[in-house]
Amino acid sequence: MSVIELADPPLRRDARAARTRNVTALIAGAAVALAFVPYLGLPPFYESFLYLTFHWIVLATSWNILSGYSGYFSFGHGAFFGAGMYTTATLAAKLDVPFLLTLPAAAFVAMTLGLAVGAVVFRVRRIRGELFALVTLAVTFVVGTVVLNTPIDGGPGVYLSGVPVPKLGPTAASSFYLMALAAMVVTLLAAYLIQRSKLGLGLFAIHDDEDVAEVLGVPTFRSKMIALAVSCALAGVAGGIHALFVSYVTAGETFTITVPLTVVLMSVLGGTRHWAGPVVGAAIITALLYAFTAGNHPVAGRAVFGALLIVVILFLPDGVLGWRRKIAKAHGPKPTDDQLPPESAFLDRRVPSADEESGTIETVATPAMATGPSTATTPAPTGPSMPRAGADLLVAKHLRKSFSGVRAVDDVSLTIREGEILGLLGPNGSGKSTFINLVSGHYLIDAGELTFRGRDLARSDAHVIAQLGIARTYQIPRPFAHLTVLENVALTAMFGAAALPRAEAEQEAERWLDFTGLAAKRDALPDDLNLHQRKFLELARALAARPRLLLLDEVLSGLTPGEINEAIALIRKIRDGGATIVFVEHVMRAVLALTDRVVVLDHGSVIAEGAPHEVMQRREVVTAFLGAGHA
Amino acid sequence: MNLPSGTLLAQSALSGLFVGALYGLLGLGLSLSWGLLRQINLAHFALAFLAAYVCFQLSSVAHVDPLLTLALIVPGCFAAGVAIQWLFARFRISPFNSLLVTFGLTVMLESLIQGIWTADFRRLESTYGDARFRLGPLYVPAPELLTFIVALALSLAVWAILKYTDAGRALRAAAEDGPIAEAFGIDRKKLALLLAGVSAASAGIGGVCIALSQTLAPSQIYAWIGVVFAAVMMGGLGRPFGPLVAGIVIGVSEALTMAITAPSWAPLVSFSLLLVVLLARPGRF
Repeated sequence: MSVIELADPPLRRDARAARTRNVTALIAGAAVALAFVPYLGLPPFYESFLYLTFHWIVLATSWNILSGYSGYFSFGHGAFFGAGMYTTATLAAKLDVPFLLTLPAAAFVAMTLGLAVGAVVFRVRRIRGELFALVTLAVTFVVGTVVLNTPIDGGPGVYLSGVPVPKLGPTAASSFYLMALAAMVVTLLAAYLIQRSKLGLGLFAIHDDEDVAEVLGVPTFRSKMIALAVSCALAGVAGGIHALFVSYVTAGETFTITVPLTVVLMSVLGGTRHWAGPVVGAAIITALLYAFTAGNHPVAGRAVFGALLIVVILFLPDGVLGWRRKIAKAHGPKPTDDQLPPESAFLDRRVPSADEESGTIETVATPAMATGPSTATTPAPTGPSMPRAGADLLVAKHLRKSFSGVRAVDDVSLTIREGEILGLLGPNGSGKSTFINLVSGHYLIDAGELTFRGRDLARSDAHVIAQLGIARTYQIPRPFAHLTVLENVALTAMFGAAALPRAEAEQEAERWLDFTGLAAKRDALPDDLNLHQRKFLELARALAARPRLLLLDEVLSGLTPGEINEAIALIRKIRDGGATIVFVEHVMRAVLALTDRVVVLDHGSVIAEGAPHEVMQRREVVTAFLGAGHA
Repeated sequence: MNLPSGTLLAQSALSGLFVGALYGLLGLGLSLSWGLLRQINLAHFALAFLAAYVCFQLSSVAHVDPLLTLALIVPGCFAAGVAIQWLFARFRISPFNSLLVTFGLTVMLESLIQGIWTADFRRLESTYGDARFRLGPLYVPAPELLTFIVALALSLAVWAILKYTDAGRALRAAAEDGPIAEAFGIDRKKLALLLAGVSAASAGIGGVCIALSQTLAPSQIYAWIGVVFAAVMMGGLGRPFGPLVAGIVIGVSEALTMAITAPSWAPLVSFSLLLVVLLARPGRF
């Protein structure tokens, strides 16, 4: 029976739901089968050994839910585990609370401790990963100090020998076995369901590029806090059960680095990007651990752990499961470039509507695709792309942003109207990209006002801005490196303005991949794409959010003249779908063909605004682009 | 709770100053390799303790003067630092994985120390140990004063090297933008090896200072990690005087806390200070 699947095959919605059912049923089925073990009449040794294995699986898997998925390595799992241990010890041994009732309390205390740490550390922007690791390590010793110095422990440790073990199985050993089994099942289901959920995809995106994740609509702070809460609560439960199992709890034994070291090693060994990775790692390490304690060499055992950790990171950085996946991929069939449609035909694809009310597919034809082959097309509902005189969509007033003294955006005021394509022009370093970064929330605004459909953006988190309906591309593509092309695009369909559930988001993503000609690459990783394809991935990612305002940051740079023609037609169609577009571009031909209005920036300030042809002839504009001599 | 006398408080503050200097001395190398190489070397602590134990062994068994052991310890640590950096470069270790690898290394070294010298507490008895002089009503122990002077001198030297030498400027440029610095002809690899060696050598010097003034136990390695990292982060990465200043602030606060409440509360101090800095200035990190 293999609990581990090797690769994510292409899945449609039903297959996906079926698979979720299958894995869930598999975990539940395995649990039911294992629940009969105590009735086989095995010696208690086996139950105790299996108890320890399950115990470590719970700890390693719970650690992995935050640290493996999101990349925020915690060295404080000992603190959360210990918080659960002492909660149960205090309630059960000193206050005579029935043991099973102490477990929810243990989960709650550990979770609260974790959330308190997260609330402080997750606000940090720059060295957050390292800081989180070190602060959680410090928390272990701080909690240990507090426990040791207060009546919670007071020094001598807490005995639980008087606490009755709940009678769940035929013997005490089997009761512990069954409790650990139950905790393990809950933990594995939590880990699996989170991995498959919207939250899980958000966590994987945070792992790869947290800033981009936030800008695309992932509520990064909340996602991390939820994962941390689940992770700590499960560790707390494991601690509560273990307190009764060892029946004597001391601060010195509990708040050590042994627990974090072991769970990190287990997860890294098994593979942190997969819910089942820590299971594999925990099984291997528990067996080793047993061999060393049985052989009476605990110190040598620790040294071997240290050495193993180094070897695994150097030679097996993706863990056992990641390594097997890589092998499977290397030997499996490769999607090849010839499966890609010729670039010139990519406009023949069916165009998904960017209209937010309807998820239906419109078919639109353009003159460029008159000779288009396969796909069914209907005559274009053409008509010139009329500048619709819309209401004010985005209003910026006296916007400012400086970088250590350099004023990148200096007192910029401009209005973007619903339905228009606004060209944002200016020489290099004039503040165009900074403006995009301010509107999308990638940078914080120093001063000024920014409102989108009447809502204040200046003090909004970037993910809120994305959910309100603003999407952007990055000039230098920044895809999530460990997510497939499909997942990259599905992410914005889920977290952007469209806010689709995961299965529908993947269907939506496939439509946009068809649209941009990337369909054959859906299961590839972004590293396998060339620059051209990565640019289109950026575009597909922005479009899948179904934005009201689309910020395009030099999407045409690096394309051939033929490709530019197609892209121009493409952008027109996007606008016809209902989006408003801010178009930052150096390719003047495209600017003149597409924009209804242009704004010219120079040294962070607006120097001209108006109809494209007229503005480009103004003296100050020519000077800004070409220097004084040409004016 | 009775407030202790002024003299006692002053004496506590003074011993806090000296312990803080030790934090700063250990933090200096960490801060440099974190700030300039983007590598977090947890093994720094294990290396310092290994040096402390070697110093202990040589002076209490072979009766070598503790300060003379530096002649062996400094080159040894330098070589170890270079070797670790070479490994990182060879396997292209990310900043995060450097933390994990050196964590593994720390555990190995700790086991080694425990295997050779057992988990018992050890104290170096040397002629320096009892040397002290009076300054008004206060006692100034010589080994601690020496630690303070070494920490100050090393920080000053690092500051001067980073500011005034070509190697220092090249290091700062490489930290700012590695590929660009390389395009201008800076040999980043060689500089990194050099810096890692120097930083490890400073850990060795710190280790000798630990041996002269502190009681040794393998488990102490982990006890130092939290407080020294707090000093490094409060002081700002890659700033030569940052760890020393922050270390002294932490050391003095700890000593006063111990004098006013109970010694066992001391581990909370550094963490609380770090928390205050985090809450007050999250943008700093």
